[in-house]
Amino acid sequence: MKILTANRLTDGEAVWLASDRSWAETIDAAEIARDKAGEETLERAGEAAAQNNEVVDVNLIDVDMVDGRIVPVRLRERIRAAGPTFRADLGKQAHSTISNVA
Amino acid sequence: MYRYDEFDHSFVKARVAEFSDQVARRLAGEITEDQFKPLRLMNGVYLQLHAYMLRVAIPYGTLNSRQMRILAHIARTYDKGYGHFTTRQNIQYNWPALADVPAILKDLASVEMHAIQTSGNCIRNVTADHFAGAAADEVADPRPYAEILRQWSSVHPEFSFLPRKFKIAVTGAERDRAAVQVHDIGLHLKKNAKGELGFSVYVGGGLGRTPMVGKKIRDFLPEKDLLSYTTAILRVYNLHGRRDNKYKARIKILVHETGTEELARQVEAEFAALKDTELKLPDEDVRAIEAYFAPPALVERPEGEAAVKAARVENAGFADWLGQNVFTHRHPDYAAVTISLKGIGEVPGDATDSQMEAIADLAEKYAFDEIRISHEQNVIFPHVARADLKAVYDGLVEIGLATANSGLVTDIIACPGLDYCALANARSIPVAQEISNRFASLERQREIGELKLKISGCINACGHHHVGHIGILGVEKKGAELYQVTLGGSGDENTSIGEIVGRGFAPDQITDAIETIVDTYLGLRTDASERFIDAYRRLGPAPFKEALYAGEAKAA
Repeated sequence: MKILTANRLTDGEAVWLASDRSWAETIDAAEIARDKAGEETLERAGEAAAQNNEVVDVNLIDVDMVDGRIVPVRLRERIRAAGPTFRADLGKQAHSTISNVA
Repeated sequence: MYRYDEFDHSFVKARVAEFSDQVARRLAGEITEDQFKPLRLMNGVYLQLHAYMLRVAIPYGTLNSRQMRILAHIARTYDKGYGHFTTRQNIQYNWPALADVPAILKDLASVEMHAIQTSGNCIRNVTADHFAGAAADEVADPRPYAEILRQWSSVHPEFSFLPRKFKIAVTGAERDRAAVQVHDIGLHLKKNAKGELGFSVYVGGGLGRTPMVGKKIRDFLPEKDLLSYTTAILRVYNLHGRRDNKYKARIKILVHETGTEELARQVEAEFAALKDTELKLPDEDVRAIEAYFAPPALVERPEGEAAVKAARVENAGFADWLGQNVFTHRHPDYAAVTISLKGIGEVPGDATDSQMEAIADLAEKYAFDEIRISHEQNVIFPHVARADLKAVYDGLVEIGLATANSGLVTDIIACPGLDYCALANARSIPVAQEISNRFASLERQREIGELKLKISGCINACGHHHVGHIGILGVEKKGAELYQVTLGGSGDENTSIGEIVGRGFAPDQITDAIETIVDTYLGLRTDASERFIDAYRRLGPAPFKEALYAGEAKAA
């Protein structure tokens, strides 16, 4: 399973591509690609958004579903999705129910 | 300290205008990310995990209270209320919006600061001894030379696209507190038999994936030849340094592959052609720059001795701090003070906006308006009357920055690591915090004595782990964090690169491993005066390996 992530051009905020083709600020809203065709669809949308100067550093990342929630495989991406592991008041974890799973 | 002249002001102002225009064009979609990336990097703007990061230069780590207040203002207005002081004496902001960077640079320019050349393959911020101008063991203040190098290297047309980044450090003291031997060029100020000033020149030192100790290629370079000789080194490097492989592009690799003798020969040949050109420093120019760094007028304050004596009896916390964080000044009535940014369990190098403001207030009141940032990620007041030490201490207690741990095991250098950095493979800060909490007892720390512990979250070694008495390198192995330990590194006048002690440790084992190493040292040192590094040099790695891994071998 993969999802598409990037950073927003204007402020660098970590974002994920949602099913309505908007860039969500939390990973929960990310659209999941379950096969090659799905990944290609995501990548095309990502390329278009980068071309359109909405986002930078677009990447497909591996995720698992854990208790019904999207959890990135790599620690790096789990930290991006939550915030610095030693400061719960910073990053996404400060505003949402996302907890740091590092 | 140095004050911008008309040229400096217009140069920085023009650069702010130029980059503001580039940002505006990027945000308007007129230039692509590929076009913009090298431009933003040249202005200190990186993209990290959560946001952009802005690295602001603090030339040779020196700033005044006005500048510190602007750093606080930026943290509060455009960031999340804090900044991170780095091992290159700079400050980094972890959350600025790209759209705000022009305004930040404008604020910085208002106090003669900028972010130029804090990234890119150019000559970076020149670093210096944080006790410059104050230390009792100093031959001369290294900062005038760092300033001359800064002026010469700023947008130097020949050296703005080097094979790789280039770092210069200068020290003017017997004891090297600027780690000059692990820089691309290290300059050690000294006097010759005739009493003339000059430099020992080291070249090709560095950390990163191929750590090397710099090679001395000149024992005494006359002061007037500083720029011609440096230019000669840069020319040889620019011509022959490798551009085919990023990992082999630093000058240390060139020195290693060419051989020190041959490289020195090439530099000397280039220097012979340059030394009588316009690069030769006119004495009056050097003296003019030097005048900017004239020490403050230190009036006699003999009452300090009695005041300190009385206060240390009354206040145990002050006595501890005095013993650990106060450094001998060349003037007997004064001292240099280390403000530890390493509170127990805190993030090494981080300071909040209000702490920065309080530091600025204290500096203005008690420290002749002079503040330094050390490469060990602490703040320094280089000149404080001993009579005012208690007042400074009380002020620091109020803002939670009076931790008495300078040079001890909890005075840890740590890079931002995987919690922020796009290059990192493992976290650094949480490891530092856990070790700090484990060794929280000051009594225990003092029993252990001087111990430099340095942590990097990847092989690029921003946390200087190679020169830690104990170094920790975070790597990623099979998707998990793993911490390798090196022992015996040192970044002073007896520079050495630490050796890997054995297989790495999982995040939940690393603090225990460090404790085992420390306990092994305590059990084997000749007496309390034998520092960890000296004991390691005497004993070698064997007893530490035995303590860390023997049980496991027996179990297997």
